[in-house]
Amino acid sequence: MSQQKEAWGSRLGVIMAVAGSAVGLGNFLRFPGQAAQYGGGAFMLAYAISFLIIGLPIGWAEWAMGRYAGQRGFNSAAGVFHCLVKQTWSKYLGVLGAIIPVVIFMYYVIIEAWTLGYTVRFIRAIFDPALRFHDVAATGSFFDTFVGAAADGSAFTFSLDTMLPWLLIVFALNLWLIYRGISRGIEKACQVGMPVLIVLAVVVLVRVLTLGTPDAAKPENNVQNGLGYMWNPSKVKVIETNDGQESVIKEYVGPIAMAQASADVEGKANQKVIELSAWQQLQNPDVWLAAASQIFFSLSVGFGVILVYASYMRRGQDVALSGLTASSTNELCEVGLGGLITLPAGVAYLGVMGVAGKGTFGLGFNVLPLVFSEMPMGSLFGAFFFLVLFLAAVTSSLSMLQPGIALLEESLQIKRHASVTILALVTAFGTGFAAYFTKDLKALDTLDFWVGTFLIFVLATAQIILFGWVFGLEKGWKELHDGASIRIPRFFKPVFKYVCPAFLLVIFTMWVAKNIFGFDFAKGSGGVSSYVKALFVEHDLVSWLSIALIVGMGLALAMLISISPTYKTKPTEQP
Amino acid sequence: MTTSGLLIMISSVTTVVCLWSWCIYKVLSQPAETEHLQPVELHTPDMDQPE
Repeated sequence: MSQQKEAWGSRLGVIMAVAGSAVGLGNFLRFPGQAAQYGGGAFMLAYAISFLIIGLPIGWAEWAMGRYAGQRGFNSAAGVFHCLVKQTWSKYLGVLGAIIPVVIFMYYVIIEAWTLGYTVRFIRAIFDPALRFHDVAATGSFFDTFVGAAADGSAFTFSLDTMLPWLLIVFALNLWLIYRGISRGIEKACQVGMPVLIVLAVVVLVRVLTLGTPDAAKPENNVQNGLGYMWNPSKVKVIETNDGQESVIKEYVGPIAMAQASADVEGKANQKVIELSAWQQLQNPDVWLAAASQIFFSLSVGFGVILVYASYMRRGQDVALSGLTASSTNELCEVGLGGLITLPAGVAYLGVMGVAGKGTFGLGFNVLPLVFSEMPMGSLFGAFFFLVLFLAAVTSSLSMLQPGIALLEESLQIKRHASVTILALVTAFGTGFAAYFTKDLKALDTLDFWVGTFLIFVLATAQIILFGWVFGLEKGWKELHDGASIRIPRFFKPVFKYVCPAFLLVIFTMWVAKNIFGFDFAKGSGGVSSYVKALFVEHDLVSWLSIALIVGMGLALAMLISISPTYKTKPTEQP
Repeated sequence: MTTSGLLIMISSVTTVVCLWSWCIYKVLSQPAETEHLQPVELHTPDMDQPE
């Protein structure tokens, strides 16, 4: 068993670190896009329910189990599982808690490099206005060149307008901070980074909410319509039918949306207007799947990070309030800041159809750079916004390394500096792989799908079942309240044991049906998803190499676990 | 923006701001942690005497 030598410096420190881990690009880019696409205000109802029955319970379970195992000398997810289950198979399942964050780090650090590159680009534009973005095509073209989307290896060019220099900087920064340790590295970075992030985001928010109607010639492009697109519970859409296929071609927002839409389709036989109420939208399984997934990924539950972070807490340190505070900090950034900045800014300049369905990267790196370029003092606010994204990204990526460090220290019984060196080599290889195979961002996308989504579902489901059914609800409840300064309402007990696992299994099944078997809930028909097709139909080399990277890492870590003496001894009940 | 959209926005943002403020208040208003203080090691002269 490894000796616990590291610990958090303060309670606020660990809260900021967990919140920093949760607050990421998803809060500012993914959440607004998902909310608007899946029902606006209706989505928020599904989102709030998911927060209560998935987000909070899994988070609390991770905090409690992590601290419990940490008291018994285990810090890695494999160690935590070994400590709680005491069965041989459990430590191998726990390996997922290292594979997931480390593989995500490999590609997440690339996106982090983009945010730093765009921050510097906007800072340069303050002094040289020629560097501002002028139209949609030029912004898209800049992004493709910057990330190397045109061809594999094309990002490996050293220039301020390619990602390579920024990637080297952020990679080194992450390793330096993690090398400094839990308290002096991660905690200090998050205690500085998180408040700066919130203050800068508030500054950008004030700028966005005071934009009004930037172009008098396009009165429908305004902040109010942007807020309406994000928050209205009912939606007015124009559907066009071509060759039997229906598609949404336009969406209307505003008090006279229905009248405008009806006037626009008049005389067009293949177009019709539909108005979807909140209730109608909530009957769509896709809305629930999107809301639950967003909560899940946003709060960083199921990554194995909270489990590891909590293991460094001292006995009696509050986990109930800490968990709630970290989750609420994430929600503040997501709902209170991300939900009010991104889409209103985009709609004010590009209209609803300029931002609809753009996806996380499209919104963040195609739409918003153009929006900030057109805004008064936009270079300054653009720099602020991308700095917010960078800070959000760096506090998240830092957390992804610690589970790997913990596993190496624990299984090989080596010191932090040695484990950081090993992890640096492994992640350099993986990041190099994702940074080289950038054509259509294939490697990044494949790794994100199988690890950043599929495996997270698996680990989160395992964790909540472990907490409620193996560790034991009563024991877990007691552990959760040990040293707690708040009492968790008793209705969470059945949520931990029945509601959360059942809801998670339903959502996971729906996710597999939709994203692996290509099932369309709206049409009731199936197919094969593009990710499965890339592997088994197209035999895409990059997809297979990505899978090989994941499996190879899994096998290496499993072998490490099997030969390590740390997991040969039976864990003690007493701390 | 419709009235219902405005209500949902205000209630959502107010909820998260209040929840976060309450949590931060609770964390900061707790007595300072003492658990990171090292235990005092008593050292008395009799310990130095040879047995």
